[in-house]
Amino acid sequence: MISFEVLQGNGARRLIEVPEDMNLSLMEVLKASEYPIEATCGGIALCATCYVEVLQGGDELDGPADPELDMLDTLPSATAQSRLACQIKINPKLQDAVLRLK
Amino acid sequence: MKTDICIIGAGPVGLFAVFEAGLLKMRCHLVDVLPQIGGQLSEIYPKKPIYDIPGFPEIKAGELVSNLAQQIEPFRPGFTLGEKVTTVLRKDDGAFEVTTSEGTVIISKVIVIAGGLGCFEPRKPEIEHLEKFEGKGIIYFVKDPDSLRGKKLVITGGGDSALDWTIHLASVAKHLTLIHRNETFRGAPDSAEKVFELARAGKIDLLLSASLKGVSGNGHLAAVSCIDAEKRERIIDSDYLIPLFGLSPKLGPIGDWGLSQDKNAIPVNTIDYSTNIPGIYAIGDINTYPGKLKLILSGFHEAALMAQSAFRFVYPDQKLSFKYTTVNGVNAF
Repeated sequence: MISFEVLQGNGARRLIEVPEDMNLSLMEVLKASEYPIEATCGGIALCATCYVEVLQGGDELDGPADPELDMLDTLPSATAQSRLACQIKINPKLQDAVLRLK
Repeated sequence: MKTDICIIGAGPVGLFAVFEAGLLKMRCHLVDVLPQIGGQLSEIYPKKPIYDIPGFPEIKAGELVSNLAQQIEPFRPGFTLGEKVTTVLRKDDGAFEVTTSEGTVIISKVIVIAGGLGCFEPRKPEIEHLEKFEGKGIIYFVKDPDSLRGKKLVITGGGDSALDWTIHLASVAKHLTLIHRNETFRGAPDSAEKVFELARAGKIDLLLSASLKGVSGNGHLAAVSCIDAEKRERIIDSDYLIPLFGLSPKLGPIGDWGLSQDKNAIPVNTIDYSTNIPGIYAIGDINTYPGKLKLILSGFHEAALMAQSAFRFVYPDQKLSFKYTTVNGVNAF
């Protein structure tokens, strides 16, 4: 199991645990956990509606590829910690990460 | 013009709906905001292979669109491309009147929304009082560069359109500031180099590692504030702010037609993919229901069931009998 923490804009914190062998993206897990993530494009780095801030553990993750960087660049409020959840695979690199949703 | 079914969205699912409707002798007219058919498949990934179309171990998105166009050709669909549907009204006789951004009017008995991700609308910066100045100094598209002649402009963004408009408007504006969040641009390197040159030559102000903070003015925009690389607030006198952060898919005007909505999607009844408004159906990526999968093949299935149900609106006096194409063939119009 991989566990990481999710903070919401309203201050709510929750520890999410998820098996690592299901080939899921972070976006899919957040959606399944009933967070209000639109993910309009379904996970192809096209709409940037699944973006999260990785407050802790961001350096451990695989860096964003070009399509994700292009999309992040269009987000008016993106910071150096912003990522598209649909482009982050659930794997051990996510262990103990802290994410903030909009 | 008049038709049986007006299909909003000419992506793969909208196209296949023409086929399923055609088998039941219903005529279709397709409207799409994009200038070509195929939706995302043509616009975003025409060269990418798709592996989950039944009967095609692998097919490029663009080829699937060509095949669908060929498949529906016998049913002679009409097309209105490059226009966005803005209003849908129900007339006294129960028919729908669909009007586009360019003023095209389509009268139909049934509407099928196959809008995929929806309309792509400009992404807006998250700052206070933004709405107050929209159209009063804040513009998301440059329609008429001449109207900006001699004005003080602020452009924000770092993509190709921000770079291109900065280069174009540098000689038109009285003063131009480009605000970009990063130190480098992801847009075309040539354009980025031109922008750096303009800045070195003093033709524009280039604020890198800077972010937009606020807007102010008395009725019309007068100033834009930003936080610069040294974390200081700067106030920039400006007549126009042009945020160019690209486009984001939204339901768009569809959201104003009285349809139920759930997170940018339209909830439907899975019996026939009808919406809460009788005579309006939603198929493909734009709809939602328990267990929804955003797959082209799901959209095809939804189109078939929709057509069976729409039949009663188009031919209220006729009884529908289901026939296989292997038995009946495809009877062209």
